[in-house]
Amino acid sequence: MTTAVDTDLYGVVEDAAAYLYVWALKDIPQDLRDALADAAARETSIPGQRVLNTILKNVQVADDGGNLVCQDTGIAVYTCRVGERFPLHPVRIYQALKAGTERATIEHPLRSNSVHTLTRENTGPNTGYRLPIVHWEFIPDWDGLDVKCVPKGSGSENMSFLKMCVPADGVKGIKQFVLESIVGAGGKPCPPGIVGVGIGGSADYAMYLAKEAIARPIGTRNADPHVAKLEEELFQLLNETGIGPMGLGGDVTVLNCHIEHADTHMTLNPVAVNYQCWAARRASAHIGSNGDVDYDREA
Amino acid sequence: MAVHRLTFPTTEEAIRELRAGDEVTVDGHVIGIRDRTQIRIFDQGVEPPMDLRGAFLLHTAPGVRKLGTDAEGRGRYEKVCIGTTTSARMVRFTEPLGERYGVRAICGKGGFPDEAIEPMRRLGMVYFAIVGGAAALETTQIEEIEEVAWEELMPECLWKFRVKDFGPLTVGIDAHGNSLYHDVQAEANRRLEGILERL
Ligand code: SF4
Repeated sequence: MTTAVDTDLYGVVEDAAAYLYVWALKDIPQDLRDALADAAARETSIPGQRVLNTILKNVQVADDGGNLVCQDTGIAVYTCRVGERFPLHPVRIYQALKAGTERATIEHPLRSNSVHTLTRENTGPNTGYRLPIVHWEFIPDWDGLDVKCVPKGSGSENMSFLKMCVPADGVKGIKQFVLESIVGAGGKPCPPGIVGVGIGGSADYAMYLAKEAIARPIGTRNADPHVAKLEEELFQLLNETGIGPMGLGGDVTVLNCHIEHADTHMTLNPVAVNYQCWAARRASAHIGSNGDVDYDREA
Repeated sequence: MAVHRLTFPTTEEAIRELRAGDEVTVDGHVIGIRDRTQIRIFDQGVEPPMDLRGAFLLHTAPGVRKLGTDAEGRGRYEKVCIGTTTSARMVRFTEPLGERYGVRAICGKGGFPDEAIEPMRRLGMVYFAIVGGAAALETTQIEEIEEVAWEELMPECLWKFRVKDFGPLTVGIDAHGNSLYHDVQAEANRRLEGILERL
């Protein structure tokens, strides 16, 4: 049975999704702006400086003209944190997110990227079978809903890598795989960006965690001190490779490295790498059970 | 690393002036092209209905708005958001583009692998690196969409843009056998070896 509350909240979530998708594409978070400005200040290679200054100018032009920061409207990925007592069922939340994605694409209009994976025929306004992609987390004893929209570009998503290291490879194996992946990716994922790493769990879950990692505010650290130390270490090492902005050589290869982890089987040691380009777009909404919406570019 | 300004279409002579790492700003005409456009030309053997001699090709699938059609039934479009796609997928078309059609420059993001170096040296072509993702800026540098062919491949049509102050571009591969991508990758692999030894 669909109640009045349900209908209202459905509309609120749909509106929020439509708003978040376009907002994320146009107005990048402050922490990312700061990280890009820092990068431009410390880069010493001439092509690298040229790239970073152009990126800063581009962000400004997008602000001034109300245009998209990057042309690739990506694949719409949402992360939902659903409170136990949020009155709209996740089935309806998903429908609302899908409807919002479609509406934003048609009304703006945004470039639609979604195709059937075999026939390559367009499947809808940035929607299709199992699109958009939604990550779920359920929060006990809470009545709110947080929605984060992360439009994910293909240039960086194509630079995703998974390796089932063995336990004997240890932490060294993890570091080696991340470093080799980023050197191999070169300029293709529009560096400098955020290197997301997922470790532990299973093969599929490690990649899921890597995607969560790229959606965090830039430079935040994992709560587990062992993992945080690895984030710091990889961040330094990745910038020693010299790949540089757009792969043209320089000091800044990555803006940061984020890691998410899960406990795993004693004979597993999975490592997943998911790259997020410099246009690390994200935007969030906090939705109350009464339908109040609080938009938040920084979450 | 010199700074240049070039108007396209251009000549082999002008292209041979450029060196890997140089900065270039472009005026004149830019031809938008992508995977399916080049598959049609080379794999399906359909002659492109635009003159590509001396041309600057841009790897793009532009976001546009249709304004209507002209007297011959061809669509007229205005720009919405025009950016650049990853080039590496399209490297195999480099040699025939230069040899058969006299293309002088190919521009995209992420670079071309080493197989582009020799044909570019021999035929007098360059690869320009644009700043990937900087589409807001790129869109302001495109003055007008002058012509569109093969609309049925939308958005991977053959586009003719008039540009002004297009750039800054970096010469990624020059016509003398130098590739910034090759050099950066070789250096990164050398450094990586050192890092791995220390782990
Ligand atoms: S990789 Fe990112 S910045 Fe580059 S074109 Fe794609 S979405 Fe834009």
